[in-house]
Amino acid sequence: MSEILNDETKKVLTEPLVDNNPITLQVLGICSALAVTSQMSTSLIMALALTMVTACSSAAISAIRNHIPSSIRIIVQMTIIASLVIVVDQILKAFAYEVSKQLSVFVGLIITNCIVMGRAEGYAMKNPPLESFMDGIGNGLGYSLILITVSFIRESLGSGKLLGIEVFKLTKDGGWYDPNGLMLLPPSAFFIIGLIIWGVRQWKPKQAEKADFKIMSISHGEGGHH
Amino acid sequence: MEAYISLFIKAVFIENLALSFFLGMCTFIAVSKKISTAMGLGIAVMMVQIITVPANNFIYHALLKENALSWMGITGVDLSFLALLSCIGVIAALVQILEMILDKFFPALYHALGIFLPLITVNCAILAGSLFMIERDYNLPESVVYGVGSGFGWALAITVMAGVREKLKYSDIPAGLQGLGITFITAGLMSLGFMAFSGIQL
Repeated sequence: MSEILNDETKKVLTEPLVDNNPITLQVLGICSALAVTSQMSTSLIMALALTMVTACSSAAISAIRNHIPSSIRIIVQMTIIASLVIVVDQILKAFAYEVSKQLSVFVGLIITNCIVMGRAEGYAMKNPPLESFMDGIGNGLGYSLILITVSFIRESLGSGKLLGIEVFKLTKDGGWYDPNGLMLLPPSAFFIIGLIIWGVRQWKPKQAEKADFKIMSISHGEGGHH
Repeated sequence: MEAYISLFIKAVFIENLALSFFLGMCTFIAVSKKISTAMGLGIAVMMVQIITVPANNFIYHALLKENALSWMGITGVDLSFLALLSCIGVIAALVQILEMILDKFFPALYHALGIFLPLITVNCAILAGSLFMIERDYNLPESVVYGVGSGFGWALAITVMAGVREKLKYSDIPAGLQGLGITFITAGLMSLGFMAFSGIQL
């Protein structure tokens, strides 16, 4: 095992989880992170689909990276990614039809998910296939981590369920929990991701951005007689 | 006529691509620091959307839909699984053509849009416009209205967002929330505002 997972591979696999998370730091792939997170089941499927597509497309693009003319590389990458997404889409339609209906256009939107393109362009074009595959998996997992956290919060607080199984008994069924309807509405995803970013940046202050303007302190400017 | 107006209002406010479906978020967050650039990008997205949605609609109905090839004498062929590939291909090609036309005939606009134009290919709002059009089975005139409306709605959202962020620069924000964090929360509040439109009955 340790021979397969050398230091470089381990680094590309674990770094995107927190230190270089695609959503909270690289600001990639936010669209679907927000839209599919009102239920855990859809976000799990989405996370799995995106991880597979990112890993496979990175590996495929990396394998032919020396043969792609740079002027048409975007179209070549697009075609590879789109073909993989069609495969995923057809598999979902065949084996998980209900979920694929709920995800509606968002499976197709994996094509334009910036994580896939970003990793293809930023990593796979310069590195060998195996590492690119691992990098794809790592970034997919970083994305999955955020997706699952957000959907965990949204589904449990919004409808008192997890993966469709009741965890908090609702007041309307004679229980104690009054569901927070806001959690099921789109804006809550923004708030939760915003707060997650805040949390991560408090924990790892070097990720924080600098302010454009600094608020001047006026306590020293009172003329000098204390 | 009334149906088209209500489709337009719905596409702009109630089903705003940016604020109620979270599409094109990466660019929405990245390019909303200044009103002028945000507006430029908004106009570019609108232009591309107006062309690509009807174009994809035409291709889908003429070539890909079940039994669509019957005008060529081929029946029983369902190519709709190729819709994803054809949509993104059409978008990439049209963006390229639009870039060349603008460069040749409207150089001022071309330079104003700059790098945003090629980036639009990977903007999920554009692809989503076409995919929603397929999913909801719009006909050609409806798809024109939907293209205009959804593009305009996205442009409106990013311009408003840029306006808010320009003012936000001067406020005292906790260090960890600076930048991305506060932008998300602002977008959430805006999205909450847009939710109010969902009460409109059309």
